[in-house]
Amino acid sequence: MLKQTEGSHAVAEAIALCRPQVICAYPITPQTHIVEGLGEMVKAEELVGCEFINVESEFAALSVAIGASAAGVRAYTATSSQGLLFMAEAVYNAAGLGLPIVMTIGNRAIGAPINIWNDHSDSMSMRDAGWIQLYAETNQEALDLHIQAFRLAEELSCPVMVCMDGFILTHAYDRVDVPTQEQVDAFLPRYDPRQMLDPADPVSIGAMVGPEAFTEVRYLSHHKQLRALRLIPELAATFRKQFGRDSGGLIRTYRTEDAETIVVALGSVNGTVQEVVDEMRATGSRIGSVSICSFRPFPLAVLREALQGAKRVVVLEKCLAVGLGGIVSDGVRKSLSGIVLNGYTVIAGLGGRAITRASLRRLFEDAERDELDQVTFLDLNADVVSHELERESESRRSGPTAEAILRRIGTVASHIG
Amino acid sequence: MDKPYAITLDVGSSLANKTGAWRTNRPLYVDRLPPCNDACPAGENIQGWLYQAESGNYEAAWRALTEDNPLPAIMGRVCYHPCETSCNRGKLDEAVGINSVERFLGDEALKRGWKFSPPKAGSGKRVLIVGAGPSGLSAAYHLRRFGHSVKIVEAGPLAGGMMRFGIPKYRLPRDVLDGEVQRILDMGVELELNSKVTNIVETMNAGRFDAAFLAVGAHIAKRAYIPAGEAAHMLDAVSVLRSMEGEEKPMLGRRVVVYGGGNTALDVARTAKRLGATEAIIVYRRTREKMPAHDFEIEEALQEGVLIKWLSTIKNMADEGTLTVEKMALDATGFPQPTGEFETLEADSLVLALGQDVDLSLLDGVPGLAIKDGTVQVGRNMMTGYAGIFAGGDMVPSERTVTVGVGHGKKAARHIHAWLSGNTYEPAPKHELATFDKLNPWYFSDAPKTMRPLLELARRTSTFEEVVGGLTEDNALFEARRCLSCGNCFECDNCYGVCPDNAVIKLGPGKRFEFNFDYCKGCGICVSECPCGAIKMVPETT
Amino acid sequence: MQEQEQQIKFYQTGTFTVGNRLLAENQRSVQADMHRTNSLNSGHRACQGCGEALGARYAIDAAMQATGNQLIAVNATGCLEVFSTPYPETSWQIPWIHSLFGNAAAVASGVAAAQRVLGRNNVRVIAQGGDGGTTDIGFGCLSGMFERNDDVLYICYDNEAYMNTGVQRSSATPPAARTATTPAMGPSPGNVFGTGKNLPRIAMAHRIPYVATASVSNLRDLERKVKYAMGIHGARYIHIFVPCPLGWGSAPEDTIKIARLAVETGLFPLFEAHDGEVTASTPIRHKVPVTEYLRLQKRYAHLFGNPPDLGRIGLIQTMADRNIDEFGLLQ
Repeated sequence: MLKQTEGSHAVAEAIALCRPQVICAYPITPQTHIVEGLGEMVKAEELVGCEFINVESEFAALSVAIGASAAGVRAYTATSSQGLLFMAEAVYNAAGLGLPIVMTIGNRAIGAPINIWNDHSDSMSMRDAGWIQLYAETNQEALDLHIQAFRLAEELSCPVMVCMDGFILTHAYDRVDVPTQEQVDAFLPRYDPRQMLDPADPVSIGAMVGPEAFTEVRYLSHHKQLRALRLIPELAATFRKQFGRDSGGLIRTYRTEDAETIVVALGSVNGTVQEVVDEMRATGSRIGSVSICSFRPFPLAVLREALQGAKRVVVLEKCLAVGLGGIVSDGVRKSLSGIVLNGYTVIAGLGGRAITRASLRRLFEDAERDELDQVTFLDLNADVVSHELERESESRRSGPTAEAILRRIGTVASHIG
Repeated sequence: MDKPYAITLDVGSSLANKTGAWRTNRPLYVDRLPPCNDACPAGENIQGWLYQAESGNYEAAWRALTEDNPLPAIMGRVCYHPCETSCNRGKLDEAVGINSVERFLGDEALKRGWKFSPPKAGSGKRVLIVGAGPSGLSAAYHLRRFGHSVKIVEAGPLAGGMMRFGIPKYRLPRDVLDGEVQRILDMGVELELNSKVTNIVETMNAGRFDAAFLAVGAHIAKRAYIPAGEAAHMLDAVSVLRSMEGEEKPMLGRRVVVYGGGNTALDVARTAKRLGATEAIIVYRRTREKMPAHDFEIEEALQEGVLIKWLSTIKNMADEGTLTVEKMALDATGFPQPTGEFETLEADSLVLALGQDVDLSLLDGVPGLAIKDGTVQVGRNMMTGYAGIFAGGDMVPSERTVTVGVGHGKKAARHIHAWLSGNTYEPAPKHELATFDKLNPWYFSDAPKTMRPLLELARRTSTFEEVVGGLTEDNALFEARRCLSCGNCFECDNCYGVCPDNAVIKLGPGKRFEFNFDYCKGCGICVSECPCGAIKMVPETT
Repeated sequence: MQEQEQQIKFYQTGTFTVGNRLLAENQRSVQADMHRTNSLNSGHRACQGCGEALGARYAIDAAMQATGNQLIAVNATGCLEVFSTPYPETSWQIPWIHSLFGNAAAVASGVAAAQRVLGRNNVRVIAQGGDGGTTDIGFGCLSGMFERNDDVLYICYDNEAYMNTGVQRSSATPPAARTATTPAMGPSPGNVFGTGKNLPRIAMAHRIPYVATASVSNLRDLERKVKYAMGIHGARYIHIFVPCPLGWGSAPEDTIKIARLAVETGLFPLFEAHDGEVTASTPIRHKVPVTEYLRLQKRYAHLFGNPPDLGRIGLIQTMADRNIDEFGLLQ
């Protein structure tokens, strides 16, 4: 059914259709609307057979989900940024125990300095914890990915993170097609746990594993994600058949067939990128883009296939490997192992800074001319930076950096570029 | 369930880890010797029969008791219970009333007519027993159980020895005595009364006896040289008490003086009161602390109005009944010394209770015997110097009590039995003693001793009714249950419960426990928490 | 005849032993039963004489009996978890999960929620952890579980330090005790006075339906409390005192004796509370001075030097006396 609704609410409806049994809620901007929506549905008894639990921290939220999942029920929670870090121990634990929990990440920057706006640093911090990570490009895809996520998680016994850009998607009102309960039921069977806490068949879950077996356990979780590389496209194909649209999959290519320059990005920024690609194609540039949906497992093979014909690749990242440069770039570089082409890392949109078409246009043109540095910070205010560096070199007790910059540029978030 | 590798484990898998390999010490279930058993002169397995009594199995308890001692109803009245003195419970609150429970069991047996089973087969051997006192009766019982043919020859008109002719009725009612004697005779023991043996060897040969046990007791009164007029009424305690059994009671008069400090002296004084004496005075040369009589008997006597004149000796007795008494004083070594101060004491009769001697005439001419201090010496096997003649009780060196006599009878019977078949009897080595420090007293709840009811004073002094009553069944059960079961497992389940490694196997009611050495780590908590000290740690040998 | 009246209340061991052949079966403890669950079975790697292994078996067996074997346990990281489930061996006979150090209470809340959703109303949940996992790192989750009144019984096995990592101080470590991070050195050896958390009281402050303290030396009392707790619903908390021979420097065979002394001195009061108010306490049988308890443990050895630290021993005695007053332990 078509609806004009807030992204968070669309996701809430999708979750509700998946017949969750335990939902844990802890507030953190910008995911809170999702769990609030679900809470309302449970309270109004629209969503039945579900326990909605207000927990006292994100650590508790995922822990409650771990307990519920281990006891054989479908569990869900959502978080962002600091909350994800606070539950970091539990994130690794859930993956290690092989519990098919689905969790929404409303992508948000991680402090310090504290920042509530969108970037990918939060989910990136957990990229190696063993969870499957899927990035949504649109509100529709965010809704759809959750439905696919439950089935994916439960088939593999592996938890899945569905990442959607905070505010940009979560708080945007957009038109979405909300499936029917029958459609979802046809796609997503009842949860059949691989292991379960059950007095009728007792087991001990969570043993201490020493050097003699630890490597094998870790290999098996790696192998699980390699299987996901096959399963994710299969599920996307099934989804298209049953729901009539493309959602999910490993990557999506846009006008890359003869492209000399290909831009790679995750999440909602792909919409803007595609618009700029269209603009530049109209003026003769041979440019295309690839949107990576499955960041974990990282789609090395299909990405190589999509990129190998280009002369240059620009990886546009909303995250930063401090001291190194790009995070996504690393994966892209790996997929291109043995292939010589120019690779550029562009760090953009950190802390919610808008990525404009004009900036992207300038950027891609520079790229075509191979006039980009290895690592570029898009729209960096060089003046502010050089002034700050000078100030810090003047005195030892230079004070907090962030506040000094804020004083220099004026009010928060007024500078968009 | 399709369990993930290594993360999820099947129940029961820890049993593959045999933690028993960690041990340097291992626990061992032991049976230790309870101090009551150790102290009992009759060698009763007191803890053993209390164990049966605790669950209300009185007949089983009685049968366990009578494995060693056939006279519990008597014991429960006259034994001085050294078991209670050594009872570990005494260190906690008060000793278990073992004696009271023994009496209860004995009385139950008489009430319900429980009998001893006669032996299944005869051995073909004949044993002569001289003297139907406690020692002789005990020997007869045990020998009969071994299947031997037993004949008791008793000089007196009735069986019982000192139990009949020395202990007054108010301490040991005669129907109780008769009942327990008869029960032994009912096993097929022959008893010949009024028949004094003058020559033991001749009597043995005449009757074709293969062995003899002599238990003639010591019933010749010792005398002291006290000058007395011809008409002075001076008697000895032995004959006074003996004559209490006959038709004619002794005429002691209104004022009776008893000379001596033992239990016999008290028995006579209390008897005199009951016979109507207005005054019964005991004259004793030392002090109360030094008096050989048992304290509770002194108490009872004093309660009944018996008077005691301490630190006095009797010098002479005039015809009219005037005694000259000299005061004594204890010297530094505790020995009484004459002070030279005299006084007089009026008495209708003077009864001497100065100890007893053995009539050894039946041993005249028997070669190989050793007689010392008026008693017959016997070896560890209770045999005299003459092969085949054994002796016990008051006629051999011993602490002269009924219980000791009973113990001698049992011991002698075992040795006689062995000797008759050409073997020797070696008693099994004793277990380690279960001393108080080996117990864990915290587990025992507070339970003060039940006191036996006492007959009211007025009735005590006017009748020969039993002074000390017995316990009711409830009380006897309670009392039995106060037993700490020292050194012997009573299945409290503590070891089974306190093992952190679940390494104690409970075998079932009556079957106790077993250690599972596959898993026992040797921590020793079981040893610490065993209430009765029935477990000990020993080093691992490998 | 003068009769003496006696009430037949006692057997020679009263009700203090685990069982007794003279007691009816239903009057004996769960541990006396030949068919007890042995929820924590043999083959685990606890030290010799481990109080926690004992406490865990006592509590879980009692809970199994009370729930008709419909029990799931959630365990925090710690000695109990480590010695009971080293791959490939588990000593647990019941459904059991170990997640993290600080989240046992939250995971248990999740398991309990799952049972409700599945309609399994008879399946009950226990969360358990040591003092470190309960009073310190697990405090947040514990408080959350209490506040939500989730249907979980949380059992804390208190051996008064982080034992599994090598005897470090926790907020349950008593004053003057030596741990690796409060060593017996310097002018004030051992843990300082004036610190520490009283978890039972904190649990009571949440006004949850039932809070109780128990000790491995008082088995019957412990079982009664666990069974009672399993008979009601909502958040419940039981704090069990478990001596650690290794960490406390005591002889392995003294584990129960030390636990008993802790109770009999008044240092560890046994009590129960409903909805935030103390409703009952178990009286001390024979009061003993704290020195008898302290002397058996090397972690207090520095108090008995030459000269002995009478000041701090006195402070400990005051703590014990205060408990006796507050909980009315001497009657």
